[in-house]
Amino acid sequence: MNESDQKPIIILEDVCKFFGDFQALRNINLQVKKGERVVVCGPSGSGKSTMIRCINRLEEHDSGKIFVDGRELTSAVKDIDAVRREVGMVFQSFNLFPHLTAINNLMLALKLVRKTKKSEAREIAMRFLERVHIPEQADKYPSQLSGGQQQRVAIARALCMNPEVMLFDEPTSALDPEMISEVLDVMTDLANEGMTMIVITHEMGFARNVADNIVFMDCGQIVEMKPTDEFFENPESERTKLFLEQIL
Amino acid sequence: MTFDIYLIFDSIPKMLAGIGMTLHLLFLSSFLGLILGIIILLMRISGRWYLSFPTFAYIYFFRGTPILVQIFVIYHGLPQFEAIRDSVFWPILREPFGCAILALTLNSGAYVSEILRGGYLGVDKGLHEAGKALGLSTPHRFIYVTTPIAVRLAIPAYSNDFISMLKATSLASTITLLEMTGVARTIVAQTFAPYEIFIAAAIIYLVMTWFLQRGFGLFEKRMSRYIKLSEA
Ligand SMILES: Nc1ncnc2c1ncn2[C@@H]1O[C@H](COP(=O)(O)OP(=O)(O)OP(=O)(O)O)[C@@H](O)[C@H]1O
Ligand SMILES: [Mg+2]
Repeated sequence: MNESDQKPIIILEDVCKFFGDFQALRNINLQVKKGERVVVCGPSGSGKSTMIRCINRLEEHDSGKIFVDGRELTSAVKDIDAVRREVGMVFQSFNLFPHLTAINNLMLALKLVRKTKKSEAREIAMRFLERVHIPEQADKYPSQLSGGQQQRVAIARALCMNPEVMLFDEPTSALDPEMISEVLDVMTDLANEGMTMIVITHEMGFARNVADNIVFMDCGQIVEMKPTDEFFENPESERTKLFLEQIL
Repeated sequence: MTFDIYLIFDSIPKMLAGIGMTLHLLFLSSFLGLILGIIILLMRISGRWYLSFPTFAYIYFFRGTPILVQIFVIYHGLPQFEAIRDSVFWPILREPFGCAILALTLNSGAYVSEILRGGYLGVDKGLHEAGKALGLSTPHRFIYVTTPIAVRLAIPAYSNDFISMLKATSLASTITLLEMTGVARTIVAQTFAPYEIFIAAAIIYLVMTWFLQRGFGLFEKRMSRYIKLSEA
């Protein structure tokens, strides 16, 4: 690995987040290097979503610092825009624009944010739909697609903006069991191509296959962060052990 | 009491003389009301109290008082003020037509802004977040993501309001305008047959309502293509 591979592209330093009086994140410290795949797990309400949503400013952290590719994330619009250009996100509920066809879902931000010409945007969008194996669904509306297909369109939509980092918030939790693997396959391909990824998931098979490191969260804290094999074979904290017993 | 069914059919063509004025009032005030409603909505959701506060007062006033009272206030009340008579608006406010348009527009603006707000509130929060995550600016999200969805959600309520406006135009007859109801009243004065004449007027309103409902129905269907398709 060369030096740039070693440099953290995402750094969270003592990040805290409150919702009113309730503290959702307690002094989170996390570093993710370029090309690294991190899986985040933990019980419901432990702050997993809140943590990754702070990285692209869907939530605003109250204290601590967040850096994305060397740029500190502040409330300045310029910083927020720059960070969002580098970070793609995939949601549990897909969040495709229902009034646009699959390909137009991809083209919208290409045209408006990247200022790509329409014909070129269409080509790029088509290329990414091929990458998630659904070019033939390009002209369908989200409501005409299965859950698995919708999520793959959502992944393609984030990818076609050419992000440095991809965030996934339980991308398969809303899917019927038979559709989970088609989405995980696309994500595994992405990981193999070297994409930097932070994935919240309960799919421990996927985690074992793909993750370099696993983060375990509970009560707004990172309880444990370890290389994958070590995490499963040799969890340190009691809370992690208990959690693993429950879901494995 | 006698009832002359032929008088109904005889009077319908005569009454159509007023239909132009009715449609003029309806479309002009609805169009201006739509623009006003959008401005009021933007002020209301601007997050700045000095913009949003006046909209509450405005909406409260126009939703809380009868249109007839508003028309009378504008037509009989405003000319009392010298400042109004000296202002550039006087040529408009001097005419009953201008007063009727002003009253109907202000009324429609208040309702339309509330109807559109309902549409915007109905848009899934996740779509905002997806837009943000893709780097879309606030205006871009508003124009390309929220508005098309909100508009579709607002069509049924808007079409109701539009039909209410059609009926409200009849109030303009109270300030001498010869729209359909106004024409009907003059015919009644000549024929002394209020029953037949007003039934004829009712029939024309019903026909117009039918066309409006149908028009909005088609528009809604078109805007909902992406939902209907999934049911097929
Ligand atoms: N907008 C909000 N307002 C108030 N409280 C919130 C908000 N968002 C999250 N919380 C609270 O913060 C805590 C952490 O929420 P978060 O969604 O990050 O958990 P999570 O680990 O992603 O859980 P899950 O596995 O259920 O998705 C929860 O207790 C939640 O109730
Ligand atoms: Mg969550």
